[in-house]
Amino acid sequence: MSGTQPVGILGGFLYDPANGVDGAVRDIWIKDGRVAAPEEVDREHARIIDARGMNVFPGGVDLHAHIAGAKVNHGRKLCPEDHADHKRNRAEGGRSGAGFTVPTTFMTGCMYAELGYTTVMEAACAPLVARHTHEELEDMPLLDKGILVTLGNNEFLFDCIARGETERARDFIAWTLQAARGYGIKVVNPGGVENWKSQRGNAHHWDQEIAGFGLTPRRVLDTLIGAADELGLPHGVHLHGLNLGTPQSAEQTLESIRFAQGRLHLTHLQFMSYGDDGKGRFRSRTEELAEAVNANSNVTFDVGQIVFGPATTMTSDGPFQYNLGCMTGHKWFGGDEENETGGGIVPLRYSRKNRINALQWVTGLELFLLAEDPWRVALTTDHPNAGPFFCYPQVIRLLMDRDYRAEILETLPASVRKRSLLKDIDREYTLGEIAIITRAAPARILGLSRKGHLGVGADGDVAVYHPDDDGARTPRCRSVVPCRRALDLPRWVLKGGRVVVEAGRFTGETGDAGTTFHVTPDYDPSVEKPLRNHFKRYYSVAFDNYPVQDAYLGSGESVPCR
Amino acid sequence: MKEINNAVCTFCGCLCDDIAVVLGDDGGVRVKGACTNGKGHIEGYDAAPVSPMVRGEPVSWDQALDEAAAILGDAESPLIYGLSSTASEAQRRCVALADRIGAAIDTTSSVCHGPTGIAMQNFGEPTCSLGEVLNRADLLLFWGCNPAVAHTRHFTRYSLMPRGRFTPRGRKDRRMILADVRRTPSANAADRFLQVEQGSDYEVLGALRALVQGKRVRADSVGGVPLEELGALAEELGSCRYGAAFFGMGLTMTSGRDLNIGQYFSLVRDLNAHTRFSVVALRGHGNVAGADAVMTWQTGYPFAVSLAGGVPTYGPGEFTAVDMLSRREADAALVVASDPGAHFPAGAVRGLEGIPRVVMDPVVSLTAQDATVYLPTAQYGVDAEGTYYRMDGVPIRTRAFRERLRPTDEEVFDGVLERLHGGRVESTTPIEEVQR
Repeated sequence: MSGTQPVGILGGFLYDPANGVDGAVRDIWIKDGRVAAPEEVDREHARIIDARGMNVFPGGVDLHAHIAGAKVNHGRKLCPEDHADHKRNRAEGGRSGAGFTVPTTFMTGCMYAELGYTTVMEAACAPLVARHTHEELEDMPLLDKGILVTLGNNEFLFDCIARGETERARDFIAWTLQAARGYGIKVVNPGGVENWKSQRGNAHHWDQEIAGFGLTPRRVLDTLIGAADELGLPHGVHLHGLNLGTPQSAEQTLESIRFAQGRLHLTHLQFMSYGDDGKGRFRSRTEELAEAVNANSNVTFDVGQIVFGPATTMTSDGPFQYNLGCMTGHKWFGGDEENETGGGIVPLRYSRKNRINALQWVTGLELFLLAEDPWRVALTTDHPNAGPFFCYPQVIRLLMDRDYRAEILETLPASVRKRSLLKDIDREYTLGEIAIITRAAPARILGLSRKGHLGVGADGDVAVYHPDDDGARTPRCRSVVPCRRALDLPRWVLKGGRVVVEAGRFTGETGDAGTTFHVTPDYDPSVEKPLRNHFKRYYSVAFDNYPVQDAYLGSGESVPCR
Repeated sequence: MKEINNAVCTFCGCLCDDIAVVLGDDGGVRVKGACTNGKGHIEGYDAAPVSPMVRGEPVSWDQALDEAAAILGDAESPLIYGLSSTASEAQRRCVALADRIGAAIDTTSSVCHGPTGIAMQNFGEPTCSLGEVLNRADLLLFWGCNPAVAHTRHFTRYSLMPRGRFTPRGRKDRRMILADVRRTPSANAADRFLQVEQGSDYEVLGALRALVQGKRVRADSVGGVPLEELGALAEELGSCRYGAAFFGMGLTMTSGRDLNIGQYFSLVRDLNAHTRFSVVALRGHGNVAGADAVMTWQTGYPFAVSLAGGVPTYGPGEFTAVDMLSRREADAALVVASDPGAHFPAGAVRGLEGIPRVVMDPVVSLTAQDATVYLPTAQYGVDAEGTYYRMDGVPIRTRAFRERLRPTDEEVFDGVLERLHGGRVESTTPIEEVQR
């Protein structure tokens, strides 16, 4: 970063909740890519950005999105129809691209930056194919990123836990995170995916047996949560639990909150919040979930808010994706990954007229609005599962504007509207609270100390918005019902102190490819001996060829464990 | 003498990463554990530096790259073809070059498993990594392929023979079925051989699907297969624990093409209503799967992409190399690590001969022989490191075990791109140094 021109962003209303600033007029100075004290900066030679009358935010942080890697790429390939009319011309600067719900790598980087986001965590990657994810991340400019590594259906881990070898399990987790150059632990339907692979089954509750391993999902999750804390990982276990998208989900989510003895991040909680009304119909259990989350300070969550329109569902939850493929009759991609995980992809469209989709939309918003502590909430659409990331401005508007919420609610099926809590919720998010759930909180939940705030020493990632520009961007889609948006068109976005977006458009200056954050927790190397044997017996690649080499971490940064 | 273990053979889509290479003190290379194809691929490669050629005359690398950049930069409708035998690091730069000059870019997929990609786009694809086959599959279905000859170690390493977690007895725990239009050497390994009349794979697969779905088929035989036999087969497919289906160009490049694969994928999907079943395409070239992947993450589409309009446009049949060349729609070509001169139909070869062409290849292929510019590059997996994607999409980093005396494909692309961006930049790759 050294050698870049210093920058002063002067006179704006600063929203920096991590440093207790809520809209006060403050100057931000950036030197060598980091926020600096004014006296340290050579102000004469600085580029001055006149931010008077504008709102200044830290760069956005997305803690859960599927942006790169095998599964995402299969999603791109699977749906050429998704790309039609959604192209980026190389004349706009940088590289050309295509894709609506699943854009190409260069396009993803540019579109995030053009929203004011500068950090994104890839939400699920099997270590076996982590090399692929890193290659794509290298081709994704303008963003700092990392990958969460799927460990909830790992058979070596299962063997360790079944034998009661908790320490070895922990060493293995540390080894795998290093081998994959990963950032954190992702758990998807623990045991359920293994049961799907071995006997076309699933895991419906935490005490169901994982066939062939003499083990339960509860013990797997317990072990992983314990390991994350003992290893001092910057981010706790990132959980996609049991029964996603079914009326049995809320019960198991509540149970996981009850038994978790450590940090637990519930991802895309919207999908995990359902029960039935006794007549076999879906009902949302947001009130109980919000209550449980509010009462347990070890629990954080992101929402996975539904956005009406096209989406591409892609998860490591093999049985869920198969069932969704059967239910919709849409094309289904399935992918079982040896010894580690599974997964699938099904394209989908969320419709206001569909009772379930409408309920999902309501549920997501209720979760946002019933959560008392915004510091434990992150805004996501589980991109591209519940909707594409470039619809965040619409979600922000919905949170800040109860009239807009009411307007949309009015268009939903009466049965959903009438039974919703949402119709009676008056809460509106303030700009400061939006800064929390899109910046400060996700950075804190991820444990990225230089992200999500603009204190001295923070990364020089800044997004400057003019209040008059809200909703000014031509929508990315041709939605029948025009949406309303907020924070959708930044005047300037700075990444590492360099101006990468002006007037909402990428300037064409990509510079470096962004930093890949990863962790290097300590482990006892004696775990490698049984692992080597495990690879020899059950893997189709050699142990020595498995760990991701340094060559894939162009500008990697090891984030210290506690 | 030095022995390198767990080297990666980059010859075919099996990407065996368990081979050993013995380097003799005299510089000789001996390969252990690879099949004859792989052994020849590695032992037969001469890593000595070769001079690049422009119109048959040896020139310096600088001159050759200048000429290549001039040809590609001046072209109005350049075509880039190949990519399947080079590393993804090079493929990424190759697509960048296509984007820069507004080229049509196509891979060897268009003449092998392109229809597989199209079928995937229409029907989805239930697939798995090869280790799942090794660990779980108690039933193997091969259709229109001949792994005993084309993917020689597939049976022993991934599918038929190995012992896995749920297949502890190896071959004894598996059944193998082969369907093809003729008895190939692979039939000797099969428990059941299904001889299908030429050109009727689509019908036979359709009938099988109907039977798997429990529907009645009103015919005595389909595609030369008695209904009774089809019924037994449907029963067998549906009652395994984990099935793995494979297929090759007997389905993709015969009449029906992507529709055949659509049926095959749909059959596998249907079988998942009864048991678990996955399908894996038997990909040919070492990194053709990587070519698909890189094309997809950079342009959104796996092959047959035009970047002429400033945006990626997908067009199998329109931007595929055979079609563009046959219709004389390209005015310059860049051929990367492939040999269309030897494999394309005559009309397309004539189209290629009529335009200036730049060829990058570690060996002097037929296409390279009379190229306008020939750029002899290093061989990944021998004297260069890079990423290759196995047929199931598992990425593996190849090992280099010989001193590199030639530039890599990446370095050549960097050199061309720098020239297109107006002159050499100081970070120019040490091509001259490498050449010495």
